[in-house]
Amino acid sequence: MSIAKQNNSATHTHSGIAGKHDFTITVYTENQVGLLNRIAIIFSRRKINIESLNVSPSEAEGIHRFTIVISETEEVVRKLCRQIEKQVEVLKAYYNTDDEIIWQEMALYKVPTDVITEKVKVERLLHQHGARAVVIRKDYTIFETTGHREETEGLIKALEPYGLIEFVRSARVAIIKASHGFHEKLKEFEQTEPGEELIENEFLDKQDEVFTM
Amino acid sequence: METLEITKEKEVANATQNISGSQAVLEAFIAEGVQTIFGYPGGAIMPIYDALYDYPNKLKHILVRHEQGAIHAAQGFARSSGKVGAVFATSGPGATNLVTGLADAMIDSTPVVCVTGQVFAHLLGTDAFQETDVINITAPVTKWNYQITDATEIPHILAKAFYIARTGRPGPVLIDITKNAQIQKFDYESYTKCEHIRSYRPKPIVRKQYVEEAAQLINEAKKPFVIFGQGIILGKAEKEFKAFIEKGGLPAAWTVLGLSALPTDHPQNVGMLGMHGNYGPNVLTNECDVLIAIGMRFDDRVTGRLDKYAKQAKVIHLDIDPAEIDKNVKSTVPVWGDCKETLPMLTKLIDKKDHTDWLNKFHEFTQKEIDIVINKELNPTTEIMTMGEVIKTLNELTNGDAIIVTDVGQHQMVACRYAKFNQSKSNITSGGLGTMGFGLPAAIGAKLGAPERTTIEIVGDGGFQMTIQELGTIMQYKVDVKIIVLNNQFLGMVRQWQQLFNDKRYSFVDIQSPDFVQVAKGYGIAGQSIKDRKDLKAALQEMLDHKGSYLLEVMVGKENNVFPMVPQGCSVSEIRLQ
Ligand SMILES: Cc1ncc(C[n+]2csc(CCOP(=O)(O)OP(=O)(O)O)c2C)c(N)n1
Ligand SMILES: [Mg+2]
Repeated sequence: MSIAKQNNSATHTHSGIAGKHDFTITVYTENQVGLLNRIAIIFSRRKINIESLNVSPSEAEGIHRFTIVISETEEVVRKLCRQIEKQVEVLKAYYNTDDEIIWQEMALYKVPTDVITEKVKVERLLHQHGARAVVIRKDYTIFETTGHREETEGLIKALEPYGLIEFVRSARVAIIKASHGFHEKLKEFEQTEPGEELIENEFLDKQDEVFTM
Repeated sequence: METLEITKEKEVANATQNISGSQAVLEAFIAEGVQTIFGYPGGAIMPIYDALYDYPNKLKHILVRHEQGAIHAAQGFARSSGKVGAVFATSGPGATNLVTGLADAMIDSTPVVCVTGQVFAHLLGTDAFQETDVINITAPVTKWNYQITDATEIPHILAKAFYIARTGRPGPVLIDITKNAQIQKFDYESYTKCEHIRSYRPKPIVRKQYVEEAAQLINEAKKPFVIFGQGIILGKAEKEFKAFIEKGGLPAAWTVLGLSALPTDHPQNVGMLGMHGNYGPNVLTNECDVLIAIGMRFDDRVTGRLDKYAKQAKVIHLDIDPAEIDKNVKSTVPVWGDCKETLPMLTKLIDKKDHTDWLNKFHEFTQKEIDIVINKELNPTTEIMTMGEVIKTLNELTNGDAIIVTDVGQHQMVACRYAKFNQSKSNITSGGLGTMGFGLPAAIGAKLGAPERTTIEIVGDGGFQMTIQELGTIMQYKVDVKIIVLNNQFLGMVRQWQQLFNDKRYSFVDIQSPDFVQVAKGYGIAGQSIKDRKDLKAALQEMLDHKGSYLLEVMVGKENNVFPMVPQGCSVSEIRLQ
């Protein structure tokens, strides 16, 4: 399931107003009915717009992965992640800036087939944008591109003069460059006694002497 | 009859086969140590009520008069007993009537488990009779909720519910059970308590380095100041807390919910924080050099204007909930963890000290507050009585041993400011949500949670009328709750704001009341109303001596105000004495 752009507000994601910029929040969760709502209302309660939201399985069995994009200050994002982690079924929430992740969005375009066959320019255009035909019918053809927002958006602009019939874009999916996957972390969660790595505490700087009494 | 009952119950306990979902619910409550359930029946929860009929010796069910009363009573029960409160309600209106109490329990971290009935699973989403989407309505006001549509889920889901409600930072949990699951028979093995959920960490582990850093800050401090909240009570860490402040010679002030965690007349107890708190603690928050916040969450009623709050101080924040650290006030040293564990560690590392001069500074402020505010309130020269003198006289008679449950408004602030407490879990009030109507049902629950203790409700003429129907519950179960109505013939707290900030434009705060004594009488509850000071002490004594519940109405000044006051949007150092 994926939901792109929760509403069609005109706020731009890259505007950087008052220190706000895009953050990708990655949340590892149990697969439970109702959790989507519990996570969504953490944002809506604070009147924060979700730019994009994607839910999918992760590499760890039974663990789901939410990818949420919002435009906010880092302080707000950090607090949001703590609130998300408070949910009983949430194992971990990470947040990253765009340069810390590899991300992609997929887009589909429906174009009249006759335009493509008639106009060589259009075919070249599609080629330039790396679009791939998914379905070709007499009346229309559906193309797919994958890339960053500017790329998928660029093709809309290019196709508009030729009668773009329909366009849809998916939510962002992202992989954190520095992540080692969730398998190892999950083992710690399964231990009844908390492992030391569990508590990511930015003040502590990886020092992990545990006080035992 | 008796023996029949016992064999029946035994059978259930040993059963390895067929029992109904409803029986499984009750078995779970019993296994979790629940003895008292507050509830109200209805169509969608009838199978559970039918099963309840067979458990008269093991489960005591209190039939309230409104589901809001059930949940507030469960909250009062939880807060006086330190155990989990339990609630049953039916679907639709029964469940929606719980919402205020859930929100209250959520914001005040009160462990409550609610079971609501729901329509048959095959009717979900059809707008069936009394169907509401309870899970989604209650998501923001529950720590956890879950809908059960199959009886086999009941044992482990209820085990999770109790575990989540009481561990970590406690909170309300709601389990919605469709009617088919209540009726369904299934193979019941036995009940296993939940002790671990992989995605849930009730308490973060304590890091030695933080404790050391915190201790160092405290040892270097010239003007250290401790502010504490309900975390001490919820963590059952009253002793550890006392040892900590006593070794460090640290002055300590409380939030409304922290009240009673430290005896009020402890020499280092310097009073109440926040909007109607004491003069010294508020002003000196902005003069201390190290602020040690323990089990409190820097609510805006405590901090006043945040950008002018304790800016000069290094802040040490001890809390079990990592989301509270740096939420409102940036900490210098965050000590994540259960204060029952962190406080003894800190105590070990801090130097024995007495900050006499610093403590005296608080006393100087206290003296000023006595001269300008407190004397007028406790020893008034006016003809009409003040709320403060009622509380003062009550203190003299109870000696600070009673549980005081308050409603919301001026009387609440006056009670918190002046009531004396010797033991913990004695001040029960709606702090975070400020729910008028909380007091009466919460007092019923508080009494049932601590039957050996005198339980007194202090309530306003407005709030009393919000849940006055619970007098019926008091009548039916002979709950010994003493009710003091402080009648100022106004929605006093709102009137105070209108006087101070809206030019005395008294917009809809002039509330009429029935003859409360007559109303109580209708419920078989004795009582009287007084308006003369000369009758106060005797009337209070009569109330306390009365066998069973009693209502005492005291007519107090109509336009008295609660001071000091930190006006909204002002800094704590801008506190007004008049
Ligand atoms: C359910 C609810 N509605 C409204 C309010 C707002 N409110 C806060 S105090 C108050 C007045 C309370 O009047 P009363 O019960 O007579 O107590 P008093 O302040 O006079 O002591 C009101 C209306 C509230 N806290 N709760
Ligand atoms: Mg009043």
